[in-house]
Amino acid sequence: MTAQRQTGEPVLVVKDVSLSFGGVRALSNVSFDVREHEIRAIIGPNGAGKSSMLNVINGVYHPQVGTVTYRGVSRHRVNPHDAAAQGIARTFQNIALFKGMTVLDNIMTGRNLKTRTSFVEQAIWIGRARREELEQRRKVEEVIDFLEIQHVRKTPVGRLPYGLQKRVELARALAAEPSLLLLDEPMAGMNIEEKQDMCRFILDVNEQFGTTIVLIEHDMGVVMDLSDRVVVLDYGKMLADGTPDEVRANQAVIDAYLGVKH
Amino acid sequence: MLYREAGQFRTSYAEDQQIFPIRQDRIAITAFLLVAFIAVPLVANEYWLKAILIPFLIFSLAALGLNILTGYAGQLSLGTAGFMAVGAFAAYNFELRLEWMPILLSWILGGLAAALVGILFGLPSLRIKGFYLAVATLAAQFFIVWALTKFPWFSNYSSSGVITAGKIEILGYVFDSPIEKYLLVLTIVVLMALAAKNMVRSETGRAWMAVRDMDVAAEVVGIRMMHTKLLAFAVSSFYCGVAGALYAYAYIGTVEPEGFNLDLSFRILFMIIIGGVGSILGSFLGAAFIILFPIFLNAYADPFAHALGIDLPPGMTSNLELMIFGALIIFFLAVEPHGLARLWQIAKEKLRLWPFPH
Ligand SMILES: Nc1ncnc2c1ncn2[C@@H]1O[C@H](COP(=O)(O)OP(=O)(O)OP(=O)(O)O)[C@@H](O)[C@H]1O
Ligand SMILES: [Mg+2]
Repeated sequence: MTAQRQTGEPVLVVKDVSLSFGGVRALSNVSFDVREHEIRAIIGPNGAGKSSMLNVINGVYHPQVGTVTYRGVSRHRVNPHDAAAQGIARTFQNIALFKGMTVLDNIMTGRNLKTRTSFVEQAIWIGRARREELEQRRKVEEVIDFLEIQHVRKTPVGRLPYGLQKRVELARALAAEPSLLLLDEPMAGMNIEEKQDMCRFILDVNEQFGTTIVLIEHDMGVVMDLSDRVVVLDYGKMLADGTPDEVRANQAVIDAYLGVKH
Repeated sequence: MLYREAGQFRTSYAEDQQIFPIRQDRIAITAFLLVAFIAVPLVANEYWLKAILIPFLIFSLAALGLNILTGYAGQLSLGTAGFMAVGAFAAYNFELRLEWMPILLSWILGGLAAALVGILFGLPSLRIKGFYLAVATLAAQFFIVWALTKFPWFSNYSSSGVITAGKIEILGYVFDSPIEKYLLVLTIVVLMALAAKNMVRSETGRAWMAVRDMDVAAEVVGIRMMHTKLLAFAVSSFYCGVAGALYAYAYIGTVEPEGFNLDLSFRILFMIIIGGVGSILGSFLGAAFIILFPIFLNAYADPFAHALGIDLPPGMTSNLELMIFGALIIFFLAVEPHGLARLWQIAKEKLRLWPFPH
């Protein structure tokens, strides 16, 4: 079943992106777009270049060729700070939380771009800094409630089980109130129940906040359920681009990916 | 009633975000401040004030400065004493060359001068990390001491670069006696510790810790790497600079650049390792430990050995001191990297659940 969703104009356009590391071509000539309010999946076998694609979109990697256009701003080299300032948030395939900090503080970092007070005001605390901190906290508590992680608020993230850590990472991304959310295998390594929760959260984020989502996922069932359109990568090349049903019926995809892996 | 938070419900985020959300902690810190501001001046003798309490406060401030940089922002530094020297010599020169300069302002300017130098030597941190950065800060340490010795202007052409700090006069009042100096230093240190606590519980501190824990993720949430690291160098060096100025004016009186050598940098590093890396309280605990322990050892090692029927050879206590410090540092590095502050916290957690541990 494919999600029924009202999607708008393309907001993210990836054009002719090629990226290589020394001799390894992680991406060759990749082009696709993502529409407003869409859930867009990227699939492909291991090493296909999926994570590299997300890293290019929010500026962790810089492609040798190609441009990324987000909401009218076209860039050859994105830097992560600018991407975040434009409303792009993400989670990582290998959880990238701040190990020495509590769940609450980790999520609060997601709001750093909304901070207006200077470090001097924060050092003095009384007044604007305190009000702002409370305001940030209120917003973060909304995210905490939304993702149902109230009970671990004050726990150092390192002590949480894997599934909860993934959820905290999503919370940190949501705290930024992003317009585009990049999720790198948000359900990897989870049990069925955790996967179902995560699916529900992703759909809710998309529905309630209108967030556009790009999602990398190996579980084909999840991809078919969640996404509007799917990009298929193989060895860094675009193999197919279309609705889940189209992609599933595509012979090249069946040969290269579905046929082999599933 | 022991250390309990039962029955204390925090009903708003404002309450939850107090510095000391647990009532017993608030009582303890109030009591502590009352003792420090009122009881100590009443009972402490001159030796305690001059030789123990004032240096303890000043070293706590320097350790706090280093802890901001190393403990919170994760940038290892061996240049602490160098930054203190900048603060001391800058304050001295502001006082010397501008007659109208109030002493407090000259200390602040000393701190700011140290902050500038800190930013300069922090620039390599944008490219290098860990061991290599430590070597770069080591270069800062040597360069600063060298420059202050090499250019006699800094010490007003005195022989061998010695400077003598002037008297402390604020609004016509001269802080002359040890008690007065102690109270002045205490006030400054308490205010600066409070400011540090406020920074580390705000966005500034979270950005420092984020950069420390995982720099790629920090950038992705929008934290600016350069700004965050250089701010840590600046704030840290400011604290060290003010500590250096106080060291000259309120503690030793007469200092030379060599007094701020690498040994001192290491002593302050050991303070945060033993006290607790990434903890404000730890900076104080570490400073107290490193200052008190040798005194304790000097006073009690010989009698203790006697009681056991051993005669310690002369000079043995200072060797003993080095050995015990070495062992402790290795212990804390290997077993409890968060130091005494963490041990204290564990004790509190135990106490909170006692006598029904779950
Ligand atoms: N930082 C890097 N340095 C060198 N090579 C890299 C780097 N990042 C990715 N690669 C290479 O680029 C190719 C694509 O990697 P990428 O992580 O994007 O694949 P993926 O599709 O996400 O795979 P997986 O399903 O295993 O996560 C791989 O061959 C990988 O080894
Ligand atoms: Mg990947």
